[in-house]
Amino acid sequence: MMRELTYTQALGEALAEEMRRDERVFVMGLDVGPYGGAFGVTQGLYDMFPGRVLDMPISEAGYVGAAVGAALTGCRPVVELQYSDWITIASDQLVNQAANMRYMFGGTCSVPMVLRAPVGGYLSAAAQHSHMFESWFGFVPGLKVVLPATPYDAKGLLKAAIRDDNPVIFFEHKQLYKVKGPVPEEDYIVPLGKADIKRAGKDVTIVTYSYMVDFSLRAAEQLAIDGIDVEVVDLRTISPLDEETILESVRKTNRLVAVQETWRPFGVVAEVSAIVAEKAVDYLDAPIKRVASKFAPVPFSPNLERYVLPSVDDIVAAVKETVGS
Amino acid sequence: MELSHEKMITMYRQMLRIRYFEDRVSKLFAEGVLPGFVHLYLGEEAVAVGVCSALNDDDYITSTHRGHGHIIAKGGKLDRAMAELYGKKTGYNKGKGGSMHMAHTELGILGANGIVGGGIPIATGAGLSAKMRGTKQVAVAFFGDGGSNQGTFHESINLASAFDLPVIYVCENNLYGVGTRQSKVRKVEHIADRAVGYAIPGVIVDGNDVLAVYRAANEAVERARRGEGPTLIECKTYRWHTHFEGEPDTYRTKEEVAEWKAKEPIGRFEVYLTTEKIATAQELESIRREVMDELEAAVKFAETSPEPELHEALEDVYA
Ligand SMILES: Cc1ncc(C[n+]2csc(CCOP(=O)(O)OP(=O)(O)O)c2C)c(N)n1
Repeated sequence: MMRELTYTQALGEALAEEMRRDERVFVMGLDVGPYGGAFGVTQGLYDMFPGRVLDMPISEAGYVGAAVGAALTGCRPVVELQYSDWITIASDQLVNQAANMRYMFGGTCSVPMVLRAPVGGYLSAAAQHSHMFESWFGFVPGLKVVLPATPYDAKGLLKAAIRDDNPVIFFEHKQLYKVKGPVPEEDYIVPLGKADIKRAGKDVTIVTYSYMVDFSLRAAEQLAIDGIDVEVVDLRTISPLDEETILESVRKTNRLVAVQETWRPFGVVAEVSAIVAEKAVDYLDAPIKRVASKFAPVPFSPNLERYVLPSVDDIVAAVKETVGS
Repeated sequence: MELSHEKMITMYRQMLRIRYFEDRVSKLFAEGVLPGFVHLYLGEEAVAVGVCSALNDDDYITSTHRGHGHIIAKGGKLDRAMAELYGKKTGYNKGKGGSMHMAHTELGILGANGIVGGGIPIATGAGLSAKMRGTKQVAVAFFGDGGSNQGTFHESINLASAFDLPVIYVCENNLYGVGTRQSKVRKVEHIADRAVGYAIPGVIVDGNDVLAVYRAANEAVERARRGEGPTLIECKTYRWHTHFEGEPDTYRTKEEVAEWKAKEPIGRFEVYLTTEKIATAQELESIRREVMDELEAAVKFAETSPEPELHEALEDVYA
């Protein structure tokens, strides 16, 4: 039996292994030192790697920018943002600087950095600690955007991200930190840009990522009771996007439900739907369905939050509509 | 500027309102009654009250993630604030904002803030607006020592200084930003010294002495109203509780916490009020009882208030 680790532990192990493997790797962020990081991911690293785990002042533009500079000059920084919402503060450094550099400089440099950032709602943390901006960054050439859904993927993808020579934004879902799953002892990576079939099925394809993989699998179990066999494709990386796996699945099941936690307009579900509409429309037996958050900031009050964010029931309903039952 | 006895009694009452409110919030949170997370202001009451006592009703403040104290000191009602923490329809923000985003523009409260440093430019803008509109209003930005490392702090003060804006920057230096001791991430000892770089006054006060805070704030307010521009006030204080409720206290020594609790702002003010014969012990006791009653009523109000209706979740997105 493979040992089980939490998502948090898997991430911490990935950091430790990569720091051991490559002395250019270091960790920076708010409270990542003795405190161990807001969600405990860097617990223990401070003692394990003296001088390579750096507590930052509260100045996201400054320290994310500093990571860009360090990456440009021979280091491989891994930056932690306590909550991904504050990525807005650091965005200039990511979008105008990190993402463009290699291209603007004619391919003469690279920016091998990873920005780790916890995403997502369902914690009554209201509109400044719950949002997900992955589609903003998926939009930008030069950045890679990763959202692992399991401890196994979290570890393997983080290791791949650290070894990648591009700026990678790595969104970890807060609801997943405590989730346990099998993680091998031996060194492995999960390649960026490869989706994964989390559940094989023949009737409908759900394409999703991050915490919604969990929701989709739960929905699939419920639907199985009604005899509907759902395939769940976990994108894992939204940029680069694994079009092939999406298309292959849809060509097999002939139905698509695209699911994301955040707002529907201009989102990943829109992109996935467009790709299927462009390249596999002839295979579709039903209109594409999208499941996403209602178009409002995430409210504080728990009832309102549940209402705004997607639920397992929403996914079940969407799948039933596509199969016409 | 000598303070009337009545004003000092009001200041005492305001500090108590914050203290009792926060104590109860701590308990309610521990009981699992309150959703989300809360950051308490216990131990820092003299800052909010000292500063807000120097303001008029139509002056502005921006607050922080640790904002309940500022909101109460600026005239917020305990019942509506408590209802917001419960996520109820009757809360200041209809249950949509919660602890970190409480606002009431009629009272000049331009929002607590979940973004460290996020309120500093907003107060600066309120000051700019007061100047553009030709009013005598001032704006206060509250922020922590951690917040003073944000670009927004530096950019805002530079702007306010260049334009002589009526803004008061109040840094509540409680030594920590979450679990990181500030001296680890900042070389300059006094945040007030940063004022030098922007050619404005930088003032250090004992943040546990409500009268000292009041005097410093009052001077800054008068200066701002005269059109002479911003002031940076650093209040040296301490938060008694951990960064947020429920967080283990792993990064501070018991001795340090005890040392600061001994500098307790409310007890200290009580001694002053009684020795200066501004109030008798009995009078203070009856104020305590009144505040306790107000708090009980606030909790009852919050408990019995209705939940927001689901359709309200999609309202207020656009004007
Ligand atoms: C932009 C941003 N970065 C980080 C955080 C996480 N965070 C919330 S409060 C806090 C510490 C703030 O310290 P300080 O400004 O000194 O205020 P205090 O908590 O001491 O009152 C941090 C890091 C945040 N909310 N927003």
